[in-house]
Amino acid sequence: MSDRLPGFSTLAVHAGAQPDPTTGARATPIYQTTSFVFNDADHAASLFGLQAFGNIYTRIGNPTNAVLEERVAALEGGTAALAVASGHAAQVVVLQQLLQPGDEFIAARKLYGGSINQFTHAFKSFGWNVVWADPDDIASFERAVTPRTKAIFIESIANPAGSITDIEAISTVARKAGVPLIVDNTLASPYLIRPIDHGADIVVHSLTKFLGGHGNSLGGIIVDAGTFDWSASGKYPMLSEPRPEYHGIRLQETFGNFAFAIACRVLGLRDLGPALSPFNAFMILTGIETLPLRMQKHCDNAKAVAEFLAAHPAVSSVNYAGLASDKYNQLARKYAPKGAGAVFTFSLKGGYDAGVSLVSKLQLFSHLANVGDTRSLVIHPASTTHSQLDDAAKIKSGAGPDVVRLSIGIEDKEDLIADLEQALGA
Amino acid sequence: MKDHMNHDAYPDNYIRSILNSVKSIAMVGASPVNVRPSYFAFKYLAQRGYDMIPINPGHVGKDLLGKPFVASLQDIGRPVDMIDIFRNSSHIMPVVKEALTLDPLPKVIWMQLGARDDAAAEQAEAAGIKVVMNRCPKIEYGRLSSEISWMGVNSRTLSSKRAPAPTQGMRLSLNRMSVGGGDTAASDRAAKNKSEQS
Repeated sequence: MSDRLPGFSTLAVHAGAQPDPTTGARATPIYQTTSFVFNDADHAASLFGLQAFGNIYTRIGNPTNAVLEERVAALEGGTAALAVASGHAAQVVVLQQLLQPGDEFIAARKLYGGSINQFTHAFKSFGWNVVWADPDDIASFERAVTPRTKAIFIESIANPAGSITDIEAISTVARKAGVPLIVDNTLASPYLIRPIDHGADIVVHSLTKFLGGHGNSLGGIIVDAGTFDWSASGKYPMLSEPRPEYHGIRLQETFGNFAFAIACRVLGLRDLGPALSPFNAFMILTGIETLPLRMQKHCDNAKAVAEFLAAHPAVSSVNYAGLASDKYNQLARKYAPKGAGAVFTFSLKGGYDAGVSLVSKLQLFSHLANVGDTRSLVIHPASTTHSQLDDAAKIKSGAGPDVVRLSIGIEDKEDLIADLEQALGA
Repeated sequence: MKDHMNHDAYPDNYIRSILNSVKSIAMVGASPVNVRPSYFAFKYLAQRGYDMIPINPGHVGKDLLGKPFVASLQDIGRPVDMIDIFRNSSHIMPVVKEALTLDPLPKVIWMQLGARDDAAAEQAEAAGIKVVMNRCPKIEYGRLSSEISWMGVNSRTLSSKRAPAPTQGMRLSLNRMSVGGGDTAASDRAAKNKSEQS
């Protein structure tokens, strides 16, 4: 029994959580405390020197957050994880371990608009230079590799159009270039796709979306696959060289296959500071317990809604990889056989004005800038999430002026279709 | 079992039975420098109740956390259950050969994180000695007791049982009833590929 591997739903409920040793509490307690008492001076010194396992201060680690970290690590098949305040914070912390000023990373052009913004503008001020590549043209990633390339970043299911990325093909490029592949798995969740099984070295999430699942708590997480050899090339001194912050410890030598997660914690989170509130960790953990049930319902509803829209006369096209006619359907069958996610776009024959009109007439769908909620959501990306981009870039990233994005919730699909029907028809 | 041990991915019960059964551990390459991994692995294992013996010919006459340094395995002068080798892969074989001259033989030879020598492992296993390679006993102890979960590490164990409250220096609940809790197969494969290339 002891080495039998449990299934995904069992991990979603149990991984990382055991009854509280002190009180016997079965649900994971919210350790709403900033700091933790040391046993004695030697214990304190050992903890600060990374020589002992334990809690110091909630900016570095917290027992509630640790349960969330272990749970997501287990669901993704990683060696360890680090929870942070948001998906954006996860991206900053990951790249801080990998890039020095003047370095480059390659990113898929099809990304969440907020990530495109963060990479283009905020990271530029750190001297981290993004080089864009087209996930539909694998050779464009190969062409983008230079001696300063330190990482490749893609989304498994890409925002906003729900297109499916060929993770294995891009991981081959990353391996050849000797750089880690980072996959943002937010829109798939590990229930649909486990990027580590397809060659990802690092997985990041906005926990705010399907993992938390209820639209009530921000959070982000970094999962270390334990697959990348940080000391092979000398390109990753944060992991391979003695760290002056910790009396000369070398992180990979000391922590082996979870050294990247430790680096993110003790060099990134500790010094940059985007810690996750333990209360949010608790809310997200509760959400994860029902992830498999919710995600399947999200996908089943999304497919029904996409089929309805594809047959509607006011709709010019639907981008949903779960439709047999979709250009990403083959990739969806390979990478996400249980369902192609619940975020997708469609275009209206009436263009920009029809998009604005639809959003204003919907009664069940909420008009807001989030995805992965139990509630169904709608947004017009051209005027909101992707409004920073010029028209050409909007079209390239799948957010042209006639495009509406949906995030399908777990309501009854008949009610969602009825709401769309009245809003489109009137 | 001993003839066919898969050194790429050890069953939890194999590691657990080793950490539960050995009492004395000779650490070859133990360092008195308090930022070296061997120093804090030594300290951690001593705090968990193991009878630790530091082996390092360069420091004979001094002690490590109250335990006198010994020059070589031959000089320990008493039976030892496990030899934990904190040396690079290229320095493993001579230590294993020396270990095979001990009487009685050690029960376990453990090679530290990053260290692997399959030929040396084969010789030790042929003599009936259990071998662990490319692992850290501190990390494995922390993982199986779930203490390492404080660091967000995937312990790969699940349990609905209440563990004893941890206090400093006590032996943690290595016998906590648990089932396997997810895998890190990708990491195991990467380690295997690396060892096959080198």
